[in-house]
Amino acid sequence: MDNIMECRNLVKYYPGCLALNSVSLAVPKGQIVGLLGPNGSGKTTLIKLMNGLLTPTSGEILVNGMKPGVETKRIVSYLPERTYLNDWMDVKTMTDFFGDFYKDFRKDKAYEMLQRLGINPKDRLKTMSKGTKEKVQLILVMSREAELYVLDEPIGGVDPATRDYILNTIISNYSENATVIISTHLISDVEKILDGVIFINKGSIVLTSTVDDIRENEGKSVDALFREVFKC
Amino acid sequence: MAWELKSDRPIYAQLVERIELMVVSGLYPPGCKLPSVRDLAAEAAVNPNTMQRAMSQLERSGLIFSQRTSGRFVTEDKEKIEEIKKSYAKEISDEYLRRMYKLGFTSAQITAFLDRTIEESEQNG
Repeated sequence: MDNIMECRNLVKYYPGCLALNSVSLAVPKGQIVGLLGPNGSGKTTLIKLMNGLLTPTSGEILVNGMKPGVETKRIVSYLPERTYLNDWMDVKTMTDFFGDFYKDFRKDKAYEMLQRLGINPKDRLKTMSKGTKEKVQLILVMSREAELYVLDEPIGGVDPATRDYILNTIISNYSENATVIISTHLISDVEKILDGVIFINKGSIVLTSTVDDIRENEGKSVDALFREVFKC
Repeated sequence: MAWELKSDRPIYAQLVERIELMVVSGLYPPGCKLPSVRDLAAEAAVNPNTMQRAMSQLERSGLIFSQRTSGRFVTEDKEKIEEIKKSYAKEISDEYLRRMYKLGFTSAQITAFLDRTIEESEQNG
């Protein structure tokens, strides 16, 4: 089993809207992959299907060879685009919560990162700025020793310095065989840390390539290519 | 501090150059042990697989070698390092000449100009 995530002819149809149109895709183990596309292109739908939050209309999606479910949730660490954490919780409670929930959660790692970013474990989610909330959630997600990390817009709300720290956290914390799928439109910030990219538009895969192949063949950055492909 | 990388050229090729320059300039002297791929990747703020690819290329070119259990080292072959240093010098000189010719200087003027510039920079320490 060399692919951590695979889909074949995957279709997701919402009433009045075809969100994914026969997507076939394979993401190999041990890579950091960017899922890139304009707003409303189907990124989050695909991610929700990976996590079993939606069921396919037709076709198939497999995570580590299994249909999304209890078994795959054990090995997938997911950062949703919107928080599901209760805002009365303080950071320590949430850390304990994650520790109870996931066997692979490393509290020491979480506290180390919290300290590094100057977040007080006694602070409640309710009192935090948008950026700090995002940091806390990303720390929780990256403190798991998962096989697949699925990050939906992980750096959208944070300042550039923190962005660098977060990207650094991602490259230094994922283990050799783990895979990271990042959806974002902040391409120039992430492209240095990506192996491959998937361009998605209107529910279809437009391009899959490695970052260095794009630079070699097109003589331009992924960011520049994206602007060209998705020119409005 | 992340390494300064251009956005229109393959990342691994730029990493190869950076590491070559660090060796040539003596930051990593002959026989010196290199940091792990992971540490270097974190320092450069790039993907570890990309750093791995750069390392493999440097190994193939003979500038670094790996010892199965103890990591990667800079070659002891000083001639090899000198050779790379010279090829960089050639490249920089060619570029300099190209730009000076473009500005309309003759070879004699360029030599005189260089001599004077070197003298000035020596005087200023």
